[in-house]
Amino acid sequence: MAALFRNRHLTGWLLASPLAAVLAFFLVLPILMIVVVSFWGATEFSIYPAFEFDNYHFLLTSPVTLQVFLNTFKYALVTWALTLGIGFAVAWFLAFHVRSQTWQIALFLLCTIPFWTSNIIRMISWIPFLGRNGLANSTLISWGVIDEPLEWLLFSDFSVILAFVHLYTLFMVVPIFNTMMRIDRSLIEAANDAGASGFQILTNVIIPLCKPGIMIGSIFVVTLVMGDFITVRFMSGSQSANVGRLISNDIALLQYPSAAATAVILLVTVLMVIGTLLRFVDIRKEL
Amino acid sequence: MTQAPKTGLSRRTLLTGAAAGVAASAFPAPMIWAQNIKDITLRQFGTGVSNLNEVAQKVKEDLGFTLEMTALDSDAVTQRAATQPKSFDIADIEYWICKKVWPTGNLQAMDTSKIANYDKIVGIFRNGKLTPESTIAQGTAPHSVGFTSGPGGKDFVAEESGWMTLIPTIYNADTLGIRPDLIGRPIESWTELLNPEFRGKASILDISSIGIMDAAMVCEAMGEIAYGDKGNMTREEIDKTMAIFTEAKKAGQFRAFWKTFDESVNLMASGEVVIQSMWSPAITAVKSRGIPCVYQPLKEGYRSWGGGIGLSANLSGLALDAAYEYINWYLSGWVGGFLMRQGYYSAVPETSKDFMSENEWGYWFEGKPATDTITNPQGQPMAQAGDVRDGGSFYDRMGAVACWNAVMDENQYMVRKWNEFIAA
Repeated sequence: MAALFRNRHLTGWLLASPLAAVLAFFLVLPILMIVVVSFWGATEFSIYPAFEFDNYHFLLTSPVTLQVFLNTFKYALVTWALTLGIGFAVAWFLAFHVRSQTWQIALFLLCTIPFWTSNIIRMISWIPFLGRNGLANSTLISWGVIDEPLEWLLFSDFSVILAFVHLYTLFMVVPIFNTMMRIDRSLIEAANDAGASGFQILTNVIIPLCKPGIMIGSIFVVTLVMGDFITVRFMSGSQSANVGRLISNDIALLQYPSAAATAVILLVTVLMVIGTLLRFVDIRKEL
Repeated sequence: MTQAPKTGLSRRTLLTGAAAGVAASAFPAPMIWAQNIKDITLRQFGTGVSNLNEVAQKVKEDLGFTLEMTALDSDAVTQRAATQPKSFDIADIEYWICKKVWPTGNLQAMDTSKIANYDKIVGIFRNGKLTPESTIAQGTAPHSVGFTSGPGGKDFVAEESGWMTLIPTIYNADTLGIRPDLIGRPIESWTELLNPEFRGKASILDISSIGIMDAAMVCEAMGEIAYGDKGNMTREEIDKTMAIFTEAKKAGQFRAFWKTFDESVNLMASGEVVIQSMWSPAITAVKSRGIPCVYQPLKEGYRSWGGGIGLSANLSGLALDAAYEYINWYLSGWVGGFLMRQGYYSAVPETSKDFMSENEWGYWFEGKPATDTITNPQGQPMAQAGDVRDGGSFYDRMGAVACWNAVMDENQYMVRKWNEFIAA
């Protein structure tokens, strides 16, 4: 028995098996099920096992699919750019501008406070704020900036992206802040001594060293935005669609096979995006 | 009968019980199971409109057994009724949902001879006619999916076969809701929904099977499309309807689409929207915030819907008896009065009359001016003395139904087109 446990391979397998079992059961199996169901057929109120390409055929030939995927990419790209900009700035401020570690921790915790409430509540609270007679419009009117309420503030792409940025910026801040804190300060001093300007330090020292953090944050934001359906539904007043909404509509109408096919295509797309992102940075090496 | 210890059955009591049973079946007494029935729990689910906790409380008081209520949206209700038959005992669903769900065999036919007030149920649910002179509106009219051929039947039959699929409980005539204070002129036709005057201030509901009906009412009123049957459109009719609405959407006609009751209330109350498809209690919810809101009767008529309760195929024995008692109680008036005070109609209006004041009956049912303040069941004032209900009396409103909520033969095609409209 004791000899058995000394066998490095066996202990290795044993240590890994609980997680492997959990993942196999709760991740791999459901995904396989989704793939299988995506080939099934559906009637009005039931689904039946089959092996047909109808769902994919409809999906890949419908002009709506292309439009909706483009819309999803648009949301992902714009949200990514904005969260990256804001997230990087906030992380920079926390890591390099705030000197005392106590303040760093205090301010960092401050960033996380909104996460104590549900993200749906945080999102919906924008609606009365941005509405036609909402706080934003009435303030702008009372300041005399505008005469008529701005219609595009709510139920538009603007409000969708605003909510996304609001919800997901922290997912950028945390990993970037983390990598920034691990940058050896003497490197910055060295760059300074070598005559580099502030901008050169940023582009030649800090950004390259922050790449893993940026990449992890990007993966978070891109996957969250691409998989979302509820933010788009509420903030666009149901007027815009992304892939998540296609899936949720199908599920609501009992069209599980078609929903599964859309989910498979979305999964493949997101994996391709992440694969592309990972080509830029070897996260494992950098961590 | 194997659970002897619970009921304390011995051979002797069994024999006397059998004798009593013979006697009881000859003279059916409603409460034979009075003792055991207290242990029964019936699980009911349905849309929020009639899944009210007050009803469950009253059931406990009047009948003694427990009713568990779950409220879901129409899509989720359909889904559950079709896919999870073991998760419920009583399904509180709409007639168009019944058309989808009944063929699955998850519900069982109900024997109308066990329904005490069956003869008093309004004609809409029996032969389709409100009064003998009425014409039957388009769409999935409740009587057309209200009867099946017999116990175990999965079909629908046209005549009153004695086996009902759903026992009708609640129904109403829907129209557009408007903010009279923000519009400032009379609204008389469905066409106003697409009137450019309300650009960016209109809304329609994003539940495809109902939304398409509202859309069809508008297109027909505009004279753009002449439908054979709005409740069962051809592909061409669907294409044309969605083309008109897509064009309007792209021109910015709609502020938002709504899917839940609360969303429609908020859109209207905040002034984001001044004209939209709406449900009756949503109007009252806006009004109870002190904001003027009218359920505007329109000259083309109403889009109507009806709901009923169906019994799960898994119900049997004592639980089934309890369910029948519940149904009989439902039609006996208290619930009807409760629902009518919110603006719905009861399937057996005459029994509800006893549970409403003369003023309430006059206002809600007969369309007479209120003689005193009208309050909703929670006690909030809904109308003042002298006010008249929007649309008038029961016969004025239900007599002007142009179309029933429906499921079309081309439903899947319609859903895809609707999704394209939302994504456009």
